[in-house]
Amino acid sequence: MPWYVAGPLIGLFVPALLILDNRVFGVSSNLRHLCSAVLPSRLDYFRYDWKRTGLWNLLFAAGILLGGFLACHWGRPQSVAISDETRLALTKLGIHDFSGLAPRQLFTWSALLSLKGLASVIVGGFLVGFGTAYAGGCTSGHAISGLANLQLPSLIAVAGFFAGGLIATHFLLPLIL
Amino acid sequence: MPTNPDTDQPQSQTGIALVAYLLLGVCFGIVLTKSEVVSWFRIQEMFRFQSPRMYEIIASAVVVAAVSVALIKRLGVKTASGEPIAIPPKRLGLGVRYAVGGTLFGLGWALAGACPGPLFALVGSGVTVMVAAIVSALAGTWLYGFLRPKLPH
Repeated sequence: MPWYVAGPLIGLFVPALLILDNRVFGVSSNLRHLCSAVLPSRLDYFRYDWKRTGLWNLLFAAGILLGGFLACHWGRPQSVAISDETRLALTKLGIHDFSGLAPRQLFTWSALLSLKGLASVIVGGFLVGFGTAYAGGCTSGHAISGLANLQLPSLIAVAGFFAGGLIATHFLLPLIL
Repeated sequence: MPTNPDTDQPQSQTGIALVAYLLLGVCFGIVLTKSEVVSWFRIQEMFRFQSPRMYEIIASAVVVAAVSVALIKRLGVKTASGEPIAIPPKRLGLGVRYAVGGTLFGLGWALAGACPGPLFALVGSGVTVMVAAIVSALAGTWLYGFLRPKLPH
């Protein structure tokens, strides 16, 4: 799918959700809703009516999962056509399997037993959870909804997203891989 | 929250509206996967500045969303049930939560090669180990809830 189709389509979820019922597009709130629903807790942060505030969004997330399933069972199997420079840089770091959406050397259950698999999946996932909760949003909530509504806090958050991503890519990954 | 006068249930919690959210999610999951935004390889390419693709996708998404929001405000567009559309502003506070939380999220984004939406899409597309990443993200979210009273915002 070319960028000029994908990007505008992603942007349209903002008005679609607002018009449907004043819902603000953002996926990371679901992590909070899931904690609130699954883990009994005395913490104020998780004590709210998650069904009333978050049921719509949990269904949206369930839809994303289903959409991922449909997308990969419909049409040609995907091999991601990244640029030659990226391929070369990753090969130098020891990545040699370029099939699929994520490298199998890092993102399989058996790879969890290795340091690099653990760092990617478990440490990466943990930081995604902690970081989005602290920042109050992720790529959808801040970079798209927030910037679209001209929110300064979201601009600061997005600068942080890229600072963190650059640090991890250029300093942490060479140590881990 | 708008209510449905017949049942006194919030409009958004009625069956049809809930199905609409599920279907919108399905569409979003398909776009994320087919555009390869969910790919660790694409995220690496982005953070190495070796292709404009991810930047073009994010920028055009923001432009379309921003124009839509501006039009909604200017034209006074209402929700499907006739309520005025209002987007709650984000409170700046000290700004620390955005800078520090954002940076920590960015570290995770590059390590896992996925942000929250793509994590769900990847599980669906067969990268099932991302279930472990989601569970770990829940642990991270819980830790934030635990530490929140002590953290600067």
